[in-house]
Amino acid sequence: MMNSEPVLQLENLVKRYDREVLNIERLTLHRGKIYGIIGPSGSGKSTLLRIVNLLVKPDQGVIRYFGRSYNGAGDTLFLRRQMTLVFQKTLLFKTTVFENVAYGLKARGFKKREIRDRVYVLLDKVGLRGMAHRQAGTLSGGEAQRVALARAIAFEPKLLLLDEPTANLDPANVELMEKLILDRKMTADMTIAMVTHNIFQARRVADEVIFLYNGRVAEMGNVEQVFTAPQNPQTREFIEGRMIY
Amino acid sequence: MSKLLEGILEAFRLIITLDPYLMQIVRLSLQVSGTAIILSTLLGVPLGTWLGMCEERKTRLINKIIYTLMGLPPVVAGLLIYLLLSRQGPLGVLGLLYTPVAMVAAQVALASPIVTGLTMVGIRSRGREVEEAARTLGASPLLTAWTVVRECRFSILGAVVTGFGRVVAEVGAVMIVGGNIEGRTRVMTTAIVLETGKGHYELAIGLGLILLAIYFVINSLLYHFQKEKP
Amino acid sequence: MRGKSLRGKMWSCLLLLLLALLLMAAGCGGDAGPDDEAADQGEGEVEESVTILLSTTTSTYDSGLLDYLIPVFTEQTGIEVEILSQGTGQALETGKRGDADVLLVHDRAAELELVEEGFFVDRHDVMYNDYVIVGPAEDPAGVKDVESVVEAFNLISAGGHTFVSRGDDSGTHRKELRLWEEAGVDPAGADWYLPAGQGMGATLTMAHENLAYTLTDRATYVSMKDELELEIVLEGDPALFNQYGIMAVNPEKHPHVKYEQALQFIEFLMSEEGQELISSFQVAGETLFFPGLGI
Repeated sequence: MMNSEPVLQLENLVKRYDREVLNIERLTLHRGKIYGIIGPSGSGKSTLLRIVNLLVKPDQGVIRYFGRSYNGAGDTLFLRRQMTLVFQKTLLFKTTVFENVAYGLKARGFKKREIRDRVYVLLDKVGLRGMAHRQAGTLSGGEAQRVALARAIAFEPKLLLLDEPTANLDPANVELMEKLILDRKMTADMTIAMVTHNIFQARRVADEVIFLYNGRVAEMGNVEQVFTAPQNPQTREFIEGRMIY
Repeated sequence: MSKLLEGILEAFRLIITLDPYLMQIVRLSLQVSGTAIILSTLLGVPLGTWLGMCEERKTRLINKIIYTLMGLPPVVAGLLIYLLLSRQGPLGVLGLLYTPVAMVAAQVALASPIVTGLTMVGIRSRGREVEEAARTLGASPLLTAWTVVRECRFSILGAVVTGFGRVVAEVGAVMIVGGNIEGRTRVMTTAIVLETGKGHYELAIGLGLILLAIYFVINSLLYHFQKEKP
Repeated sequence: MRGKSLRGKMWSCLLLLLLALLLMAAGCGGDAGPDDEAADQGEGEVEESVTILLSTTTSTYDSGLLDYLIPVFTEQTGIEVEILSQGTGQALETGKRGDADVLLVHDRAAELELVEEGFFVDRHDVMYNDYVIVGPAEDPAGVKDVESVVEAFNLISAGGHTFVSRGDDSGTHRKELRLWEEAGVDPAGADWYLPAGQGMGATLTMAHENLAYTLTDRATYVSMKDELELEIVLEGDPALFNQYGIMAVNPEKHPHVKYEQALQFIEFLMSEEGQELISSFQVAGETLFFPGLGI
């Protein structure tokens, strides 16, 4: 099966805090695929997403977005508007659900009518019909995370980054979120990269899996292949739950 | 005891009939403190926001300075402005001593650190998270800044209200730089001092009641703002 | 619905701010500045009304004499007079610094010295009155039985009877200190001696509260008599005589002062009309100030 064009290419990406947190020789994400990023805690998963989303600056390395290399300077707004990141800890703005979901659209200058249409359709899709005028602070955890997801995809980013989006949710909501993520994939060819600590979730949702160990890409490949026949011994250890960290 | 009751009754009468001497004093108080808090807000909110968004360790020294200034005794602020504005002082040529402008200046010196400090604290608690979320959603720098302020609006409003409460009730600064001149620089607090000293209790009580009422309103507002923080 | 109430609160806050702004705007029209005065006069020519700052002592201010004199002066000349009420020491200092235009105080020795030094000009002995000693009606120290201040002070200090002092470097305070010196007593630090550090009105109130003795100018005492449970226990001693002086801040030292208008004020007070007004000012049926130079 031919790979679609690359949307993200990382080369020699290094990030150090007091120790080396990330050291990726080469990583490529292709359009339309869902990637599950797994690994022990502290392996640099969240840092990777934050660097990609331009929240953190790497110490060295080259990042190419949609074929174009990003040199760290210049107007990032255009670039930033083509991707988004949903945090593990939901941060909704202190306003209505509608305003939250509409935020990215307003920022991009969409017209009022278009905003209204999109927001209501989205709320419907994530199962929050009729809640448009609720205050964000009154929502339950599951509802809030769904709003965060709706908010992120409202403007159809080309690259959707998710940092443990279901970590704090109960099983029913986890299932709901997974369905939504998969559903999104079918109606738009967004590229999705999802960090999860739940390997079963990765197996359920992802097309390809990236196993990050000590800041390096220990293994990467088709999800079934990695889970049934991992090449790296550490991958096997982790998947079988024998890794102590 | 009966004299006290007489005084209280007379005070109510003065308030209800909108006694002109009383009303003029109240109006001047609100003008001076109102202007001071507006200026302090214009100065303190942007500064406090900026400081709140900085990493804490980078601003440690400034933090300490602001916290100290927040507790600046009003008489000290008054003394400083007096020395600045007296004819023999560096800004003497402006001839601003014993004018409402001097009073506003002294109260700005008192209120700005409060507005700045409390804004900074409010922003620091959520500011960077909000900034990240906004940027992640593609907000321009201007929209991001506005979103941060809007998210922390209750803290900021609380800061402003607290600052106002502080200056509307102080007497040391306005007494020293204003001179308590009738019709020109006499405000509620300085008038209470004067009238009490002269034994005119009804006027002092009347002003005291109005001051308490203002404080009640202020504290009610503050209570609402604090309740809103989830 | 909850969204609306939150928004409602935000609007109410904005409204409050707007209200404050409106008050200020309204106030700017209400406070009669010099330009407003000119407009109110409704005359054909544009007259610029000037305001001078008179620094005087708290006792003079509390007596009410100025509220009586100044409107007449303003009507005649169009010059507004604003009053800064401080202790004599501070008033003299304010004049030396050029923070006021004209002074009305009562410490002749100090005034003359400062005129010598060139800080003030056009000094005149404008009026005089006297001090009295007041105290509780029961008069535990027995001051009523003596004629002279010195004796009275000795009685008070010997018996340890509470005495409230101005303690604020005012003319009254300075007078009091000189009298203690004459009596050969140093009251500083004694537990019956209370330096109030405030104006005459506040000091009298404190003496009233403590049922104590104090030295006061007759004018302030008379104007507050109804509110005080104190009586005059000694008066008439020539040592209690109190001379007031009026003088302008020297424009050569402080070119910005409104010298011409200050001079007009001085001339008004020294004119026949002014001096008559002073002698006609009465409180509770008593004349409080006598024109010109006393002894």
